[in-house]
Amino acid sequence: MIPELGHFALILALIVSLVQGTLPLIGAHRVNNGGRAWIALARPAARAQFFLIVFAFVCLTWAFVANDFSVVYVAQNSNSRLPLEYRLAGVWGGHEGSLLLWMLMLSGWTVAVSLLSRHLPDAMTARVLGVLGLIAVGFLAFILFTSNPFERLLPAAADGRDLNPLLQDPGLIFHPPMLYMGYVGFSIAFAFAIAALLSGQLDAAWARWSRPWTTAAWAFLTFGIALGSWWAYYELGWGGWWFWDPVENASFLPWLVGTALIHSLAVTEKRGCFKNWTVLLAIAAFSLSLLGTFLVRSGVLTSVHAFATDPRRGIFILILLATVIGASLFLFALRAPKVGLGGSFGLISRESLLLMNNVLLVVACGSVMLGTLYPLLIDALGMGKLSVGPPYFNAVFVPLMVPLLVLMALGPLARWKHADLAAVLRRLTFAFVAAVAIAIAVPLLYGKWSPLTAMGVLLAAWVAGGSVVAIIERRRTGGLAAQPLHWWGMHLAHVGVAAFVLGVTMVSSFQEEKDVRMEPDDTVSVGGYSFRFIGVREAMGPNYRAMVGELELSRDGKVLRTMQPEKRAYLTSAMPMTEAAIDTGLLRDVYVSLGEPVGERAWSVRAYYKPFVDWIWGGCLLMALGGVVAISDRRYRMRKAAASTAVPQGAAA
Amino acid sequence: MNRFLLPLGIFIVLVAFLAVGLNLNPREVPSPLIGKPAPAFELPQLHKPELSFAPKNMLGKVWLLNVWASWCVSCRQEHPILVDFAKTGSAPIYGLNYKDPRADALRWLKQYGDPYALSIADAEGRVGIDYGVYGVPETYVIDKAGVIRFKQIGPVTQDVLEAKILPLVKELNK
Repeated sequence: MIPELGHFALILALIVSLVQGTLPLIGAHRVNNGGRAWIALARPAARAQFFLIVFAFVCLTWAFVANDFSVVYVAQNSNSRLPLEYRLAGVWGGHEGSLLLWMLMLSGWTVAVSLLSRHLPDAMTARVLGVLGLIAVGFLAFILFTSNPFERLLPAAADGRDLNPLLQDPGLIFHPPMLYMGYVGFSIAFAFAIAALLSGQLDAAWARWSRPWTTAAWAFLTFGIALGSWWAYYELGWGGWWFWDPVENASFLPWLVGTALIHSLAVTEKRGCFKNWTVLLAIAAFSLSLLGTFLVRSGVLTSVHAFATDPRRGIFILILLATVIGASLFLFALRAPKVGLGGSFGLISRESLLLMNNVLLVVACGSVMLGTLYPLLIDALGMGKLSVGPPYFNAVFVPLMVPLLVLMALGPLARWKHADLAAVLRRLTFAFVAAVAIAIAVPLLYGKWSPLTAMGVLLAAWVAGGSVVAIIERRRTGGLAAQPLHWWGMHLAHVGVAAFVLGVTMVSSFQEEKDVRMEPDDTVSVGGYSFRFIGVREAMGPNYRAMVGELELSRDGKVLRTMQPEKRAYLTSAMPMTEAAIDTGLLRDVYVSLGEPVGERAWSVRAYYKPFVDWIWGGCLLMALGGVVAISDRRYRMRKAAASTAVPQGAAA
Repeated sequence: MNRFLLPLGIFIVLVAFLAVGLNLNPREVPSPLIGKPAPAFELPQLHKPELSFAPKNMLGKVWLLNVWASWCVSCRQEHPILVDFAKTGSAPIYGLNYKDPRADALRWLKQYGDPYALSIADAEGRVGIDYGVYGVPETYVIDKAGVIRFKQIGPVTQDVLEAKILPLVKELNK
């Protein structure tokens, strides 16, 4: 009965979203022609839709908690022996449920807009909520017609097939929701952009409204990607943190464009320029989120994130993709020519630096996209099968990031309109000298100096130095306390980038890896740490059997701790899983994972020493935190902002 | 021409590619050898090294060439299926013992059963290169004219056997 209620709620939600996606838009179009009543429908519709989706989601969760194996989706993704926390996470462990999660996020963001938009003109709110309603129509139709999570299985299965063991991990509980919050969050930026195009009011006020939403989505996406990377690091047992896998790339593409978008929104808000460009980026960020969904769900690319593929679903998403993006790009082509250019700026100015930032990020996004889709393009042209791997991405992506990082320190110090390059560089002398010193010293301390390592360290120190200089200067002029939160947020995020770059550089330059066969009492040492193999014993988990290795970690003869990597065999599937044991530290991780048994008492063991690897995720965390700090800025709060909606309409020509 | 139409144009091209891509299976790796004559070789037999075997001896028969090795774990997985298949007598299976010491190979066959009409010893893996062996196991179906008609990469499963190999063998034997 409860699954049927959930199904019914989804059908009602589709009807409500049809109302939300049509009437308010028409009402806003004829606002002086009796459209007000229709405009007023937008908010209640958004709330009703949210309530219905939450209800459906709770119904599906209940089916998981109660082990209702008469629901196909539950039977495929759960098992009576699965611990409760994974049964809850299993709700989004498969295709149908993750779409429902997508929908839940979308209606959540929508209702947030409806609550926090009191200061906006009613017509604008109606357009934004209307566009979001149309997106909801597409996704609800997709769920109901091709991927219904409430479908029944008659007769019911005796027990479920179990959740994919790769996904039975705390990382899974948080990774998809965070990622989806980011993906779906870009739909708000998109809806604002479309609403602005529809009304023809592309101005500074529009940029100001969409900025906090875009930054919030970007922060979620950053955090979600970092979680996924961290999860791959400790769960896949290879010690890698990024594989340039198509699905990873699918989440990275909207991130790159989203990063460009938050920077170009700043220019549009402050100076009224880049308006067309900003709109295009907002459309692109959401389009890439949709494209990511398509790539993952349709199975056109092979990846470790193998989801069941159904061609009917692929066609549906493709039509959805073509309609949403095609229509918005068409609208862009119609309206963009009428948009003015905004204020002029000098060759060296904050605007021009941010323009370069945008160009570099978009080119980087284009090159990652090309690498991701290239196998598909070649295959579609009948020219054979091939795959593009990390060598391509590293060779193309890294060189694009170098100038970006160089400019990153300059941007925040340069003035709007016209900046004096020599003066900016003079202010950065201290940062440059310090960065050079660090770049010479750090690799030497780690025993091996190479130009590439030094360059990575130099760039990281340079970026961090730029922020330090900016903060010191403000302190000297006594204005530090008066600096708005969004200024602090920016510097926090920039320091995060520096930490990230340092982590990547150090781990790729100085990591040590040993793959050895070990018998009890054998020792292996990596990076100054030694592991003594004690043995392997068997242990039972709730739904798996594990071989638990025991290794004693020591340094300079002093025993630090025992590490217990596991090799698990889940009862319901043949797939063996590795659980690495990791000793985490500020300056290094030591990582050990168990391979295969080789011979009577011997095992193959993989041991890694990974300096600064946690800085990679720490850096991402700082970036996301920077985003959070930026949106908590006073000027974005409702009442304050209400007073300032009368911002001069940019410098529109 | 309105330059603001450019993003739309690029997008339409992309959608066309994605639509074509939907109908392709990225997991299917085609072998360039399908439809081509099986590469010739002459190698000693595993059980009787003094005798040799060459594919041209098999002209006029439909047969399977299965690449296996005692060190290959997946071979153990497909082995019972091959043993059952051999009992049906629908087509002979010839084993290509790939980069394997002779003693190990013989012990392995004794332990798990021998479905092969005979096995051929490719100790250095030269023939494996000619046949484009990616990994062990692999199985080829070769027709009466000595042309490769099908290649299975990885273990033969019951599904593959019933859905692909058996119908093909029946068809070729007509």
